[in-house]
Amino acid sequence: MQILARITASAIIGFSRFITAVKGFWPGGVPHRGQAIYFANHTSNGDFILLWTVLGALRHKTRPVAAADYWLSTPLKRFIGQNVFNAVLIDRDPDTRAHDPIEQMLEALDEGSSLIIFPEGTRNASDEVLLPFKAGLFHLSEKRPDVPLVPAWIENLNRVLPKGEVIPVPFICTVKFGAAIKLEKGEEKPGFLTRAEKMVLALRPEEAST
Amino acid sequence: MNGYHTSLMSLLIGVLAVLITASIVAFLLAQKKGHDDPLVENLTARINAWWVMAGVLGLAFWVGRSGVVILFAACSFAALREFVTLTNVRRADTWMLAGLFYVALPLQYWAVWTDWYGFVSIFIPVYVFLGMPILSAIRGETENFLIRVAEVQWAAMIAIYCISHIPALLSLNLPGFEGRNILLIAFLVIVVQASDVLQYVWGKLMGKRKIAPRLSPSKTVEGFVGGVGSATILGALMWWITPFSPLEAGAMALIIALMGFFGGLVLSAVKRDRGVKDWGATIAGHGGFIDRLDSLIFAAPIFFHLTRFWWSV
Repeated sequence: MQILARITASAIIGFSRFITAVKGFWPGGVPHRGQAIYFANHTSNGDFILLWTVLGALRHKTRPVAAADYWLSTPLKRFIGQNVFNAVLIDRDPDTRAHDPIEQMLEALDEGSSLIIFPEGTRNASDEVLLPFKAGLFHLSEKRPDVPLVPAWIENLNRVLPKGEVIPVPFICTVKFGAAIKLEKGEEKPGFLTRAEKMVLALRPEEAST
Repeated sequence: MNGYHTSLMSLLIGVLAVLITASIVAFLLAQKKGHDDPLVENLTARINAWWVMAGVLGLAFWVGRSGVVILFAACSFAALREFVTLTNVRRADTWMLAGLFYVALPLQYWAVWTDWYGFVSIFIPVYVFLGMPILSAIRGETENFLIRVAEVQWAAMIAIYCISHIPALLSLNLPGFEGRNILLIAFLVIVVQASDVLQYVWGKLMGKRKIAPRLSPSKTVEGFVGGVGSATILGALMWWITPFSPLEAGAMALIIALMGFFGGLVLSAVKRDRGVKDWGATIAGHGGFIDRLDSLIFAAPIFFHLTRFWWSV
């Protein structure tokens, strides 16, 4: 199972490179070192695959946070979600869930893993550039204020496989990372979430060229 | 056949000598100016990428026909991926794009591989030209329709059709030159890339007057004249690997270098239009595939047809 998961991971990464030629851009040209919570925009189910691909060797200690209802729905998705990506699978429905998502994420952090989260909460299929962030990011950094939060912008993946299409079309994708932020002392929830949103938005290519 | 291998071996030694010299110069510059100097850093990255590109091309030549066809098919794929990324295509164009990547591109290179000249020369300008807007129109999205379709037509011509004329040189039937067509590709690629590099070197050494400040601020009149001139002389000196006389080889090299220059200019204009500096970031120091192939894209079809018209039977 372990070997199969590794082969599948390599195949998925190879395929994502073939279709997107994805490249990661870090501030100062060097990847973030050590534990981090990566947070990014979310337009496609392939988002964390791209992040994972550009993280290189860091990916072995990085776990995406994903929706249990999607990734447990079929045996194949379960294999990919649990075995290949080792995702922290959370139940998005507060009425049915047995575990608190924040607790699950804290557990993963305490094991030394880094996390990939999409604070918009759902895939953004709207005309808005970014949906308002959910509070999870704030609660996480309130409980583990020492773990740096690294913003990222994933560009173009929504063009590769628009919602409702079945054939992925090659487009060059990029993942741009920003400087790490932390929750300031006494910073309130709304202010912090707005700041985090702005950090992600500032990484868009449109921002860089103006 | 023996002459072919001697020619290929001499070229290999020549290219190796140039690359080793370039690496030594970059090393000495780095000693003098420091490794962090941006010019030195970029130069080193470029030269290292040249080693890789020369190695890949050499490997393809060694494999022979299938190696060359597969290499340029891969270049077409990468170039097409870069080109469509800069277009206005939207969801309604998915079928058109999928058709281009997964049907048109393999078919074109299959035809190149089987020496089917008629198909290679009309498939994209006729069948793909008419088929793509049909695939897009069926989806019913009319906003910017002409712009979207025209951009993708351009992508198909630039990234598939033009590039496929490099391996298509293998299909030319040149009397007295049988079995040596790979040398034509070597001639084309060496003249085009030498012209690019020499324009850069001449421009850095004595460039003053900008030739197209709005399109390409680094291109100068001095670089253009010096680069094209020395590439022409280089081409004439390489006559012995071609079916041409020294004078003819020089004339061909001149045309190749000029088309290459204008190819760079035109594709720069496309980049400026879309507000990007490079087509991609795949080749360290160079940018994307189209940044490296732009001159070849414009030179290859002209070189192919001139050679076919005057020399082939």
